[in-house]
Amino acid sequence: MFDLAFYILAVLILGSALMVVTLRNIFHCALFLVLCMFSIAGIYILLEAEFIAAVQVLIYVGAVTILMIFAVMLTHQLTGKTIRQVNDQPIAALFIISSLLVLTLLALSKTTWEVASSSGVSPSATELGRALMTVYVLPFEVVSVVLLVALVGAIVISRGD
Amino acid sequence: MFELEGIFSAVGDFLASFLGAPLLQIVSIIAVAGVVIGFLMVLALFLVWWERKLSADFQVRIGPMRTGPHGVLQTIADALKLLQKEDIVPLTADKKVFFWAPVICFVTCFLAYICMPFGKGLIVRDLNIGILYIVAITTFTVISLLMAGWASNNKYSLLGGMRSAAQIISYEVPLSLSLLGAVMLAQSLSMVTIVQGQGGSFLHWYIWRQPLGFLLYVTAATAEVNRTPFDIPEAEQELVAGYNIEYSGMKFAMFFLAEFINMFTVCAIAATLFLGGWNPPFEFLSFIPSWVWFLGKSLFLVFILMWFRWTYPRLRVDQLMAFAWKFLLPLAFLNIIVTGFLIYLFE
Repeated sequence: MFDLAFYILAVLILGSALMVVTLRNIFHCALFLVLCMFSIAGIYILLEAEFIAAVQVLIYVGAVTILMIFAVMLTHQLTGKTIRQVNDQPIAALFIISSLLVLTLLALSKTTWEVASSSGVSPSATELGRALMTVYVLPFEVVSVVLLVALVGAIVISRGD
Repeated sequence: MFELEGIFSAVGDFLASFLGAPLLQIVSIIAVAGVVIGFLMVLALFLVWWERKLSADFQVRIGPMRTGPHGVLQTIADALKLLQKEDIVPLTADKKVFFWAPVICFVTCFLAYICMPFGKGLIVRDLNIGILYIVAITTFTVISLLMAGWASNNKYSLLGGMRSAAQIISYEVPLSLSLLGAVMLAQSLSMVTIVQGQGGSFLHWYIWRQPLGFLLYVTAATAEVNRTPFDIPEAEQELVAGYNIEYSGMKFAMFFLAEFINMFTVCAIAATLFLGGWNPPFEFLSFIPSWVWFLGKSLFLVFILMWFRWTYPRLRVDQLMAFAWKFLLPLAFLNIIVTGFLIYLFE
């Protein structure tokens, strides 16, 4: 059951990701990105990380991709038009991507993966919240400040003057 | 004695007596989904009729009267008419997206009910992320509205879709934050735990400890389901009908029913988080089954939303955005800070 669910999700993720980078209508690309993000949330559910799954849907489906769709719809020249998905440097890109793939595969095969002990960390919302507020409070605050800076930056740029 | 929990478990035992374990699981999943979806469809038909009768009352008319006593069967007749209509797809529409938009809208509006406590022990699955799951899964409505608005290839539907999406995203922030107060009091995201935390008399309901949270939630929820005074997405005078202008027949019916089910969803969430869910207001009233209390409280909130709709005029777009970001959002943050401070002080 677990394996079957995993393979269905994997096919969904890879298939929709492929659609995102190959389709010529950018609105369709954005919709497949939604499907891709949602299927990734399914993987989190399989791994019993429900909180992460819900947050994944909330942020990536509910906010990030909707923002992209918004940008597509507001950009006058893009709506309903087809765009090129390939630029003039396919050979260089292929070289870089394949070397990256080889490096990743090497790193994956050379690493000895430690299997977590039977109990492990419980991924419940309570535990996560406690960890963010005690052990990881500094990185948490730094991330918040970075996001705030990005927000202020976006407003400054969009005001223009 | 009229609790439905016993009936459902009896049916489950009966099925288990002659079905094997894997088959039983499949059959029970289909049966539960059928019961929930059937109930919600009937409820949506009722809500459409109720809205028409209430609007008639507010405008000193009598509303539908011909089909059935006081017109109760009118919506069924209308639904049958819509199902028989020819399926019209605009020539310049994006056919695939045009088809999938109402499907996604209709399917996802039922998903929130997976962890909705209808009554004592009457819940499909008590997820431990309960309320967060509901907030997350309802974001798909926005995508379906955007898809409908874009795929129709019509300037009015595009504008309607954009307005809906902008409004729903903006009001989702104060909406989620206003729910946090109740979650902090219950110390849990699970819907069942939140309801159990409000047991006893009506004085234990979270509305008394979260009055600001409740008001913020009802306001943001009204905007979330695109109802007056926040119904700019379908402002008839400027946009004709909004995102669904090109839809007719069954696809239109799907959007329409989904809208009413979404309205019930936000009211059911408010009833569960702030009005004690299926708990009776007094101990001695507990002979009335819990699902009656849940339905009664939710429908009362639905009535308030309908009352808003036929009483208030519509806000302007700029007023709408300013209201969400400059008024509701700071109040929602204030509510969380004060709630956290008080919990720290008293516990």
